[in-house]
Amino acid sequence: MTTFENLDTLARRIGDGQLLALAPDYSWVPMALVRALIRRKVLGKVKNLHLLTVPIGGLAADMLIGAGAVGTLEAAAVSLGEAGLAPRFTDAVEAGTLHMRDSTCPAIHTALQASEKGVPFMPLSGLIGSDLVKYRDDWKVVDDPLGAGGGPVVLLPAIKPDVALFHSPRADVHGNVWIGRRRELATMAHASASALVTVEAVEDRNFLEDEETAAGTLGAMYVTAIATAEKGAWPQGLTGLYERDTDHIRAYAEQAKTAEGFADYLKAHVLNEPGDEDGA
Amino acid sequence: MSEVPYKPEELLINTFAGLLDGVGHVAVGALSPIPGCAALLAQELAKQKGRDVQVSIIHGDANNPFTDGGRELFDCAGQGRIGAFFLGGAQIDGEANINLLGVGEYPDLKKRFPGSFGSAYVYFVIPKVILFAPEHSARVLVEKVDFISAPGTSPPNVHRPGGPKALVTGKCCMTFDAAAKRFTLVSVHPGVTVEEVRDNTGFDFDLINDVGTTLEPDGERLALLRGAIGPKIAKTYPDFAARVFGQG
Repeated sequence: MTTFENLDTLARRIGDGQLLALAPDYSWVPMALVRALIRRKVLGKVKNLHLLTVPIGGLAADMLIGAGAVGTLEAAAVSLGEAGLAPRFTDAVEAGTLHMRDSTCPAIHTALQASEKGVPFMPLSGLIGSDLVKYRDDWKVVDDPLGAGGGPVVLLPAIKPDVALFHSPRADVHGNVWIGRRRELATMAHASASALVTVEAVEDRNFLEDEETAAGTLGAMYVTAIATAEKGAWPQGLTGLYERDTDHIRAYAEQAKTAEGFADYLKAHVLNEPGDEDGA
Repeated sequence: MSEVPYKPEELLINTFAGLLDGVGHVAVGALSPIPGCAALLAQELAKQKGRDVQVSIIHGDANNPFTDGGRELFDCAGQGRIGAFFLGGAQIDGEANINLLGVGEYPDLKKRFPGSFGSAYVYFVIPKVILFAPEHSARVLVEKVDFISAPGTSPPNVHRPGGPKALVTGKCCMTFDAAAKRFTLVSVHPGVTVEEVRDNTGFDFDLINDVGTTLEPDGERLALLRGAIGPKIAKTYPDFAARVFGQG
């Protein structure tokens, strides 16, 4: 059964060393939950996360890295998009304080699909000759095992995250979550042991009883817990409801170029929100 | 000189659109306003000849036909349903290897860039990949990339229906010959010399017999760009449309 709770209890479900799958900035990223998680990191309640961006990271990943919450990062790229390089990510890699598992977009999608299907690995074409393959000791190049003349292929082990995290405009009271055309959110949730979702609002209806909403819905069986977080994707946008706050993101890109500037950003925009002082 | 003044972006858009002639489906990745405009322009030009071109821009929901999540672009490309795509590179070398990841010896990078994105896959499966290097310098166009995000060529036993066909920079246009593993300079942009291209390129390349000047957009083409393409791209890149076409 999906439970309905608040942002802090949702964040409390995330433990040290867990593998988190995070929605990308353009696809309903749960920024309010990320801020709650950073408040827990500051309280010393969570550390050494293994973050998987699906497939690329942005502001949320950069903030978690800057806060020191991430030990290992698997990503196809991390960037603030039009606002430029992700400054805390770039610094952490150049300083050697972040363990990187560099990947490529379709490899992340494919490894999650393997987990969705319950198979231990899946093949992907391309990739051969990329230095990504050279440095990924968990990827394996084999000759077409069916002998059909396909040449060498890369086998990718299934990725099974402990938790999938994303935001959505709406859930229904039964725990079904609307994802619209953002199907990577379904893949993430299917592949993960649990899914923690924030929503703008919970509606008193059943999305699965209406064909028009059913097709864009992630069923409650995949959803562990839901919390309401209004403007929960801010400063990123949410389809049809609010636009990305470009000025804010550009200001972050500038301010977070130094560790001190990033600390000031956290004080002003993360640690100022109600905290989880006596949380477990 | 063209009879109507134009912006450098408009020359690049026009050049890319020419390279897309005859392609049935052009996909454009994130953060690519110039390729996005070129794809929409190529679509418009094909329409004038009575042909349909599918343009898929993976940046926001406008001009984006995909409904099956982030994987669909790659699945679609893997099946051969996408004819052309654009890739950039923090470094591009003379064998068309591209590096989007960083400078220095991996993993101890001196300078980290965002990462390889989908390049390690799309470079293999999309028939016409056009490389784009707005900054034409020996810093970007290097003899050998520090990290191969995606290789320019592959041995014959590797399944590779796609790969690089051309490189457009802020100074020139080159084509790529996979068998020879070399670029050939075909035109320089107005005001640029062959010597200037050579001086600012870190790798050796060939020349066609008569290196010409990159075709400038004429008044009719510019009117089309500003009148029809500007409003369309503004749905995806409002800031770019406002800056280049004065609308948004």
